[in-house]
Amino acid sequence: MTQPVNIHEVNSSDTKTDLYRRQFLGKTAAAAGLALAPGFLLTEVAHAKPAGEAVTNKNRWGILINTNKCGSGCTDCVTACKTENGWGDINNSEEKSNASQKAVWIRKVKLKDKQTGHVQSLPLMCQHCEEPPCVDVCPTGASMKREDGIVLVDKHICIGCRYCMMACPYKARSFIHEAVKEQKVHAPRGKGTVESCTMCVHRIDEDGTPACVEACNANGHQAMYFGDLKDSNSTISKELAKNGGQQLRPDLALNTGVRYQGL
Amino acid sequence: MKKNIPFLAVEGRSSGYYGLLALLGAFILASLGAFYFMEHNGHYVTGMSNEIVWGIPHVFAVFLIVAASGALNVASISSAFNKKAYKPLARLSGLLALALLAGGLMVLVLDLGRPERLVIAMTYYNLKSIFAWNMLLYNGFFAIVIVYIWTMMQRNLGQYTRAAGIAAFIWRLALTTGTGSIFGFLVAREGYDAAIMAPMFIIMSFSFGLAIFLLVLMASYKWTERPLGDAIFNRLKNLLGVFVAAVMLLVAIYHLTNLYAAQHNGFEMFILMNGGIYTQMFWIGQVILGGVIPLVIFFSPLSKSRSLVALGALLVVIGGLAQMYGIIIGGQAYPMEIFPGKEVLETTFADGAIATYNPTLAEFLLGLGGVATALFLVAFCVKIMEFLPASLADKDADPHYKAS
Repeated sequence: MTQPVNIHEVNSSDTKTDLYRRQFLGKTAAAAGLALAPGFLLTEVAHAKPAGEAVTNKNRWGILINTNKCGSGCTDCVTACKTENGWGDINNSEEKSNASQKAVWIRKVKLKDKQTGHVQSLPLMCQHCEEPPCVDVCPTGASMKREDGIVLVDKHICIGCRYCMMACPYKARSFIHEAVKEQKVHAPRGKGTVESCTMCVHRIDEDGTPACVEACNANGHQAMYFGDLKDSNSTISKELAKNGGQQLRPDLALNTGVRYQGL
Repeated sequence: MKKNIPFLAVEGRSSGYYGLLALLGAFILASLGAFYFMEHNGHYVTGMSNEIVWGIPHVFAVFLIVAASGALNVASISSAFNKKAYKPLARLSGLLALALLAGGLMVLVLDLGRPERLVIAMTYYNLKSIFAWNMLLYNGFFAIVIVYIWTMMQRNLGQYTRAAGIAAFIWRLALTTGTGSIFGFLVAREGYDAAIMAPMFIIMSFSFGLAIFLLVLMASYKWTERPLGDAIFNRLKNLLGVFVAAVMLLVAIYHLTNLYAAQHNGFEMFILMNGGIYTQMFWIGQVILGGVIPLVIFFSPLSKSRSLVALGALLVVIGGLAQMYGIIIGGQAYPMEIFPGKEVLETTFADGAIATYNPTLAEFLLGLGGVATALFLVAFCVKIMEFLPASLADKDADPHYKAS
């Protein structure tokens, strides 16, 4: 019977050299790590998710809008979004495009009920669907939904086919019709690609609140709530549980992350 | 046994031939210029917007892609259904299918926001997307039809022609279903949310593809002074008539079904009654020019005149483009119902309003460039390879044919 061959005995001199090299590399790396680690640890933000850590489906972020509190002439949320994300007349970056070609991430709409005549006002943006039609139709996967429910466009692999815009039931997406300037670092934009509301993902990843919600509350309107729909103790969940909240086009069964009260 | 008709490459030395290539080449150059203009500046130089996101280029592109699979019909009838009379036409049918698809895809790609990222579209696939399926379907169509033509052209591969033809036939049905489903699966839009879109696109492809095939066949036989007998010609003409009627039937079913559902009444009124350009495109372009007049020509004594039949086929093409315009542009122009039961009083993004679209010259040039590319490819290939039968005179094509 043949003995199992021990690989270490075959070329013992070579193996010993290799082993030595490996140990040496390992020890130096460990030493370097020990020397550098405190620096990294010091810069870590208390609560935010580390940049390298994947987003999980433990949260599902949502926004609740109370149309009864939403002021008809008020555009605070729109202005805040423009300022935060660098679109629209804030930086005049789309001077050549006509009105229907300019990007619109969030817009105010005033509605009148055909039966009752009741007039109301609300902001409309990407509804961050659980079953987003834009993600389904995107050929390259540039249109995507994060595990925490935020729907985004990966500008690096968007080919500008605009199929997502055809599919979106809320006209929430914009195609960039010309070169744009003065972009925000956290909200890259590019000619020939599609963009939409990101729910201020850069803020959420640092435990922040979307700019529109912040502006609405800062100005005392209190018409918008932001929070985790999966956390039953969050303000948004409690408010939804108590007073309810409707989806736009519920017949499409998209389970939107943005909900409306008083529709 | 009947002797096979020999195939003969077009000589292509006449000034007429070079003139044709030069004319088509000029259109292709113009479309490339239009492409550069649009891509360099951005799409703001077009009439397209965030309301009408797909414009004239898509009208041409989708039309050409749909026609491409239809152009393969003649070959399918010969190989898959074993009709010998169509066999001499099968090579041209395959060639035209490839050329039309190439032209359509060219337009589609050159209208992308980032056409230089085509390689991404070829390497990143979201298999839930009908667009991604279509990319596979289009590439597969090229491969299968090339193999199919190869089996027809290489003498010792003839035994595989039928298998390749059947594969191509099945593939082309999938391809047109895929193209139709691009629209059929858009649940949010009033005009598109209908499963009948897919079969309707298949019948449309039969009609548009055969119309273009007939025109190309007539032109090439006239210009090369080869005989084209009534036996083949009348078969193709009658078949085209049947397809035109079938398209009208499916269109009627589509609209009648929509009319029955109250929620679609608004859209139907828009297309059929008060939609301005879209209503005109439907009744004048699609129904009268693209349907009624060709049918009258094809099935009346008028069909004795070849020029009138050619006019009829041309009208089918024009009607087809009008139909595409109605489906693609009209479907987008009609507002989406985001707030059922509500009237939009104020908005900064034209909610609830019919979108306007003023196509620009650049868009038309890009679209026409796709047509020119397809025809250029055909004209070029019939010269370098043996695609066209030397004669389609009645005695060669069908010895049993008797003029009625």
